Amino acid sequence: MSNLNTETTLTTKNKTMAKIKDLFENQEVLILVAFLLLCVIMTIINDQFFTASNLTNVARQISINAILAVGMTFVILTGGIDLSVGSVMAFTGTIMAGMMLLVGIPPVYAVLIGIALGTVIGYINGMLVAYAKIPAIIVTLAMMEASRGLALLYTGGYPLSGLPQSFTFIGRGYAFGIIPMPVLIMIIVYILAYIILNHLPIGRYIYAIGGNEEAARLSGVKVKRYKILAYLISGVTAAIAGMILTSRLASGQPMAGVGFELDAIAAVVLGGTAIAGGRGHIFGTLLGAMLIGVLSNGLNLMGVSPYVQLVLKGVIIIGAIYYSSWRQKD
Amino acid sequence: MENILEIKNITREFPGVKALNDVSFNIRRGEIHALVGENGAGKSTLMKILSGVQDPSKGKIYLNGKEVVFKSPKDAQEVGISIIHQEFSLIPYLNGFENIFLGRELRKKNGLLDKKRMKTEAEKVMERLNANIDLSKPITLLSVANQQFIEIAKAIAIDTKVLIFDEPTASLTGKEIDKLFELIEMLKKSGVTIIYISHHLEEILAMCDRFTCLRDGEWVGTRSVEGCTKQDIVKMMVGREITNTYPDRTSWEKKKEEILLDVKKLTNSVVKDVSFSLKKGEILGIAGLVGAGRTETVRALIGADTTDEKEVYINGKRATIKSPTEALTHGIGLIPESRKTQGLILGMTVKNNITLPILNKISSKAGFLSRKKEESLVNKSIKDLLIKTPTMWQKVKHLSGGNQQKVVLAKWLNTECNILIFDEPTRGIDIGAKEEIYKLMRVLAEQGLSIIMISSELPEILGMSDRVLVMHKGKVISQLDVKETTSEEVMYYATGGVGK
Repeated sequence: MSNLNTETTLTTKNKTMAKIKDLFENQEVLILVAFLLLCVIMTIINDQFFTASNLTNVARQISINAILAVGMTFVILTGGIDLSVGSVMAFTGTIMAGMMLLVGIPPVYAVLIGIALGTVIGYINGMLVAYAKIPAIIVTLAMMEASRGLALLYTGGYPLSGLPQSFTFIGRGYAFGIIPMPVLIMIIVYILAYIILNHLPIGRYIYAIGGNEEAARLSGVKVKRYKILAYLISGVTAAIAGMILTSRLASGQPMAGVGFELDAIAAVVLGGTAIAGGRGHIFGTLLGAMLIGVLSNGLNLMGVSPYVQLVLKGVIIIGAIYYSSWRQKD
Repeated sequence: MENILEIKNITREFPGVKALNDVSFNIRRGEIHALVGENGAGKSTLMKILSGVQDPSKGKIYLNGKEVVFKSPKDAQEVGISIIHQEFSLIPYLNGFENIFLGRELRKKNGLLDKKRMKTEAEKVMERLNANIDLSKPITLLSVANQQFIEIAKAIAIDTKVLIFDEPTASLTGKEIDKLFELIEMLKKSGVTIIYISHHLEEILAMCDRFTCLRDGEWVGTRSVEGCTKQDIVKMMVGREITNTYPDRTSWEKKKEEILLDVKKLTNSVVKDVSFSLKKGEILGIAGLVGAGRTETVRALIGADTTDEKEVYINGKRATIKSPTEALTHGIGLIPESRKTQGLILGMTVKNNITLPILNKISSKAGFLSRKKEESLVNKSIKDLLIKTPTMWQKVKHLSGGNQQKVVLAKWLNTECNILIFDEPTRGIDIGAKEEIYKLMRVLAEQGLSIIMISSELPEILGMSDRVLVMHKGKVISQLDVKETTSEEVMYYATGGVGK
């Protein structure tokens, strides 16, 4: 009996140890420590940082990038990349604005049409990658150009302004009076992504495809289907981000979101997802987005020039990735 | 005749395997020396050591009586040892002379490339080789045979004394082979020593002076080709006693009648009109040399590769199998040849690898993965197959080869397939794990599982199978009953012998 007990405690202990070891192998822990450290430093050197209004502001600022980064995480986990999200965000946003202003559809339907459009674009990306076997970087680069062009064509190059208050509430309002709506949406998107990646077979397949596509295929995983799904999810999150941005700006801006894909990729890789796929965690991505957000907020408060901020961002990304690849060498 | 190369007590160990064990022999100056042995006998490892790709764990190499130590292929080339690999090491979009001078480009005084001089120098080499190839064409536009000439020219241009050919005729046509032999003869006359690796014993008998035979990483003998027959060489290659690593046959010698799987006219770019059937509870061995189309056959069968023609019948009913997913739904699983690149997702845990094909079975009705079901199933597999791992959350890349193979096995056993294909099931794993896998295969067959086993190890084929399919150049050349055949006979067919 006592023997049995030791055995059980041993396995539980082993399990805990393995989990702890796993934790330190993951970059999330490192990024979490970096994030907390950064927050402490910011709080010490600037008394405006750790205030309710500033923190709410930061949270709202990061939400768009953080949501884009969710879809990007799915795609990068399969070993791909999605450069189109910034443009898709602008395109779906202008379509939503156009539906409300030019066609006169109620906001709810306008939003649904925009999200459906994002889904279709993601699906096309996925089909081209999975079936036509064109490299993801080419497919999504082309889609980036095409979506931007379509957004400009649709709006004639001008912003579509004057959106109804019921729509701008999404970007500017508060849920329960305190949580900014974009932050609430971000939280919901992350919870859903967490469930998909960690508690549904789909998630396991996505990791497996990025880990070893051929082994996954020989194990009966429908590789093409789940690759397409990853791009499709990225299209959906781009459209959700487009909805938030359009509503924050209260106008559909065809030139919005230029370069956002790169911030999303930065959040994903900072969060510990391997750029070659197969390894990473959705909450790592959230931490990555938060780190980038807090850093730029803190530097803003300190009055550091935006030019310097860009340089710093570059240095931090290289530093973090170099550290993690150096650590994994053994 | 004096020795140019002395190989002394070379041993090379890999984790869990001794690829070479105390191998010693000499190569004489100016001879063509063949190296023969079954797949996995250690030929490639020895050549990698001679060409500086790998270091020996123990032992020494003497060139012209002086000890040489290679840290890289460049070191070996500098003292005059080069190798022509099966896969050429040419840069496809560079042209002939750029490839020949790769890494040691000639320059003008101002530092720019001296293309003119490189071209004329390269042409001189080609003249020596008696070959007429356009050196300003990119390599991709040349035929395989001409690419091989460029590769040889590259070696000759750096004044190679010992030239190693690794299966040089594998992808050449008859005429091209004759031309290559002429070239080799000419090289010999000009004083180059040749080491020639080939499965084609006729080639060796026709061209070589002496041969050395390796078996299981050990030296078996070095003999003059004169007076040798093909049978003599085959005997040396396979001559070991079949040891008792294979489970007893008696309990399993029941007649198997019921045909489960019928494959007809399987044809694609590699395999030609392959037909065979598999009975319930049978182990069907597929023997043949590397490149005979064995792996391609089973990959085509499960839909992992495309086919031009294929008819598959399961229990007499026609089945269409266009992808591994469909093969799985028909109860056919493939345990691939390479664990690391095809069998496993190395960065994933033991648990996640095992349950990958059956995630639907361990999900709740709502589609959520059931952690409880998953963990108990994986625990059972770890216990049943004696997988040595600290926990099920260990990444498989940290396990030994044998345990990795057991993880792949566990994955497929849990699918409850009734046909499992084992492609080289024991490659690169230690003898203990081998025996466990053999026992397991036998138990599974007794329980009614039908098994197709591809193996390059003849004792394994003979020790495990009921029937043997021998393949050569993409075709099934013979079907043998294991009770009535010998390893010599299997090897005879595997090397292309037709009739007797």
